[in-house]
Amino acid sequence: MGALARYHRRVSDLPPVPPTPSPILPEPFARWFFSRGWAPREHQLALLAAARAGRSALLIAPTGAGKTLAGFLPTLVELFEGRSGAKGDRARGLFGTSERAGGLHTLYVSPLKALAVDIARNLERPVAEMGLPIRIETRTGDTPQSRRARQRRDPPDILLTTPEQLALLLASADAPYLFGSLRRVVLDELHALVTSKRGDLLSLGLARLFATAPNLTTVGLSATVADPEELARFLVPQRPGETCGADIVQAAAGAAPIVEMLDTAEHLPWSGHSAAHALAEIYELIGRHKTTLVFVNTRSQAEFLFQALWRINDDNHAIALHHGSLDVAQRRKVEAAMAEGRLRAVVCTSSLDLGIDWGDVDLVINVGAPKGASRLIQRIGRANHRLDEPSRAVLVPANRFEVLECRAAVDAVAENAQDTPPLRTGALDVLAQHVLGCACGAPFLSDDLFDEVRAAAPYAELTRENFDATVDFVATGGYALKAYERFAKIRKGQDGRWRVTHPRIAQRYRLNVGTIVEEPMIKIRLVRARGAATRGPAGAIGRAGKLLGEVEEYFIEGLVPGDTFLFAGEVLRYEVMAEDSAYVSRATAEDPKVPVYAGGKFPLSTYLAARVRDILATPTTWRRLPDQVHDWLDLQRRRSRLPKPGELLVETFPRADKHYLVCYPFEGRLAHQTLGMLLTRRLERAHQRPLGFVANEYALAVWGLGDLSFAVKRGALSLDALFDQDMLGDDLEAWLAESALMKRTFRQCAVIAGLIERRSGGEEKSRRQVTISTDLVYDVLRKHQPDHMLLRAARAEAATGLLDIRRLGLLLSRVRGRIVHEPLPRVSPLAVPVMLEIGRERVAGEASESLLAEAEADLVREAMG
Amino acid sequence: MDARTASWGLASGEARAAGTMLTVAGVPMVADLSGALWWPDRRMLLVADLHLEKGSACASRGSLLPPFDTAETLEQLAWVIGFYDPSVVVALGDSFHDTGGADRLAAEARAHLVSLQRGRDWVWIAGNHDPEPERDVGGVFAREMRVGPLVLRHEPAAGHGVVGEIAGHLHPCARVVQRGRSLTRRCFAGDGRRMVMPAFGAFTGGLNVRHAAFEAVFDGTAFTTHLIGDSRLYTFPAARCVG
Repeated sequence: MGALARYHRRVSDLPPVPPTPSPILPEPFARWFFSRGWAPREHQLALLAAARAGRSALLIAPTGAGKTLAGFLPTLVELFEGRSGAKGDRARGLFGTSERAGGLHTLYVSPLKALAVDIARNLERPVAEMGLPIRIETRTGDTPQSRRARQRRDPPDILLTTPEQLALLLASADAPYLFGSLRRVVLDELHALVTSKRGDLLSLGLARLFATAPNLTTVGLSATVADPEELARFLVPQRPGETCGADIVQAAAGAAPIVEMLDTAEHLPWSGHSAAHALAEIYELIGRHKTTLVFVNTRSQAEFLFQALWRINDDNHAIALHHGSLDVAQRRKVEAAMAEGRLRAVVCTSSLDLGIDWGDVDLVINVGAPKGASRLIQRIGRANHRLDEPSRAVLVPANRFEVLECRAAVDAVAENAQDTPPLRTGALDVLAQHVLGCACGAPFLSDDLFDEVRAAAPYAELTRENFDATVDFVATGGYALKAYERFAKIRKGQDGRWRVTHPRIAQRYRLNVGTIVEEPMIKIRLVRARGAATRGPAGAIGRAGKLLGEVEEYFIEGLVPGDTFLFAGEVLRYEVMAEDSAYVSRATAEDPKVPVYAGGKFPLSTYLAARVRDILATPTTWRRLPDQVHDWLDLQRRRSRLPKPGELLVETFPRADKHYLVCYPFEGRLAHQTLGMLLTRRLERAHQRPLGFVANEYALAVWGLGDLSFAVKRGALSLDALFDQDMLGDDLEAWLAESALMKRTFRQCAVIAGLIERRSGGEEKSRRQVTISTDLVYDVLRKHQPDHMLLRAARAEAATGLLDIRRLGLLLSRVRGRIVHEPLPRVSPLAVPVMLEIGRERVAGEASESLLAEAEADLVREAMG
Repeated sequence: MDARTASWGLASGEARAAGTMLTVAGVPMVADLSGALWWPDRRMLLVADLHLEKGSACASRGSLLPPFDTAETLEQLAWVIGFYDPSVVVALGDSFHDTGGADRLAAEARAHLVSLQRGRDWVWIAGNHDPEPERDVGGVFAREMRVGPLVLRHEPAAGHGVVGEIAGHLHPCARVVQRGRSLTRRCFAGDGRRMVMPAFGAFTGGLNVRHAAFEAVFDGTAFTTHLIGDSRLYTFPAARCVG
């Protein structure tokens, strides 16, 4: 079945629609729909009506509701009417006055270039079948130079592209010609685009388009979100003091999905993320369905599960693996096999959350924590794209806490509750990139650009001060010490307009556009040599070696030669590092020695967290949990206690020769990790001699030498003071000064803002080099100009990114005065899962110099012993 | 390198004043936490690879890095000079990031440099970044310098037989993995016969001591690294460091 076919209900499902021109759908279109045996959907007609009224619209529709055709229908109709009416009788077309001066008519922007290419293919068919004289082209990073140049001279009617390519087009002198007569922008997968800095960049590009094209309207296509009104603001220019939004068109909901939690017959693990206990049951589910998507949260889980499934794959089902760090060619192969229906199952990560629709997925299995309700609903939507049949999904919790989270998620899906994050506040580093792009296009006046930028919803609240600081940064670095006037990238002329100082600046801008700053990645190459490699760097090993994919540099940095780990479905032995590659060989061991850190990229959503806390606080709901979990919570109630709604339970107890503090905020690993960093600092100061901590999505355990129960009892330690919000003051400051996570955040901002170039003159700089210099820059800048715009940008990013400080702040204010302490003689049932992660996970938190002291002491002991 | 290597704290209460005693070709030296090397017998302070005005050099090529690196480097240098009060300071080359870099010195930086030179001798050794003398920077200029049994130069001579050399150029850093965590720090690298000093400048990156470039200087892993921590140095055999 073709992709478009899935967008439409069969005519037989609907009241008969005559193949005559409806007041809104011109004749050839009505006939075409009829000839395919389809009828247009209500929301498709609603978008057409909005377009005719000259209004922008946001279409909210579940996956598979025919969003894409709905988004393009107004354009196709408009172009048809404009063309057919062009010969003398223009008034006949309902859009009448389409005076286009030869530029683009419609621009389509998608987060994935593969999606843009696929949509173009799908559009070609109806256009050809209706015989419409419409030219459709794509423009991505892969488009050849000659075609790009031609597209600028002789643009098609419809161009499909990505946010980065749009930024590039806007930064060229051709922009007024290309976009001056633009009538429509279609933004696909808008819910996914707006959550990142790419969304910021897109919003700025959109503001520029509105300023360039007087007759522009937009169409946003989005999955269901928590706050459609907010998202609708993204699509239209904002005006100070007003709330402006696009019309919202809500597609009819499809059949409600059938979601269950796997009721395992096996023992439910206390901790871990492998779901190894449910392996046979997962395998059995795959066997009973035609095509199954098995979603997991991390690459390492994907690796583990894929390998484990193949070990028991007696039926030889075609089971494939798909995740972001596999080689691109490998991923494309899997996608192609999937599209051809040759696969029985794909084990995948969020790498398949978005993308091209596949027809015949009849089951989605989500292994591990669902993390968020909307996220889960979107994943489930990947199964069965025909709206009138329910999607089927099975959730497989990997441990007991995940059972609670799965329960909460199943309930949320049943209520169709949404927890997508709120719209971002536009980042200053992205603005800096945009400002330079604007100057590359044409000279600008500060006042005009400020107004234009504030029309973009994420930047509606931007202050003039921040805007000027950003322009100043772009010009000369924005330093208090005005040392770089002569090196300025842009300069204000006599006419008050800013322009680039040299054509070279524009060239470099083009090489560095975009907001996706990859983690430094290391290529993994498979070689045969074993052991021989340790002699010298790159010495013994040839440069050849099959490319298996890439992993983050920090993972490789934690390995020493000889360590084994799972990658690309195999146990590999780390041999040696040379330049940008890690050379590995096949290991004989079955079990990899190095456990890969198991937290996913996305933390547990605030919404699901609250639901999980509710379940804990409401014993009457426990009967809906598996008996094992029910018993576990009962035991916790008898041995310690369960926090009431709003309370934060803190348990302290001794174990072996150490003392532990365990608390259960349920705010996600990132916020817990930051909390762990700050708590250990404070405990240190309170002379409790903390030694370390481990954080997971639900709980945080800190241990040390001081008897915490006793310290609280005798009044030497106040938990209220320990968890006081003031930890976000000086303690946070002190930690940020040295935090590797903060430095990583700063590096991303520095690259996006153009302080550090990713590429100069076509060649990519060694990312190691970039890392080193931004860390030093961070230290020096912090010391000499702590309020520099880039530091402020990094701080804003840290609030929601890797450090999740915003959420920690919410937690601390939520539990203020509501901390309940339970001093215990031994570990509580609820604490068992996080306690089991101690030692199994790598040392929690960041590497500190105490490790160097320890390593040195080990050597001394060895030498003396 | 040397069994006598021991941690060595100076004046109590001065957290910064921690160094490690070591010898180069029999000459006792103190590897200072700042990255400088102190030769007590000669009251000589050695620093390598200051790379002054690296920020402005990058700025002139389009990366507007903060212009504070020179001030920062001189401040560190002032601190260590203030502490040891040397009779002679030797900068082991690449003191300026590029030829003509000294011409870009801000007036305050130049004045600071002059004040540091007051009352002591100052030697600029030639480096590959600054092969010729810079203008108006005081001191004397030399290709290399012999002092007693030691030769001070920028680039370490190739070959494993060299004895009594102190050099810079390579910006050594070392990485130690402990319990699955990796720490990388600038370091002194020496085998008792010769020494490669860490780069002193605020914007100078590092080259891992297990990189091939060090094979020309030391025989395999028969050398020791002294990693510069926050409040002390940490000593490891090179074999314990990873690439």
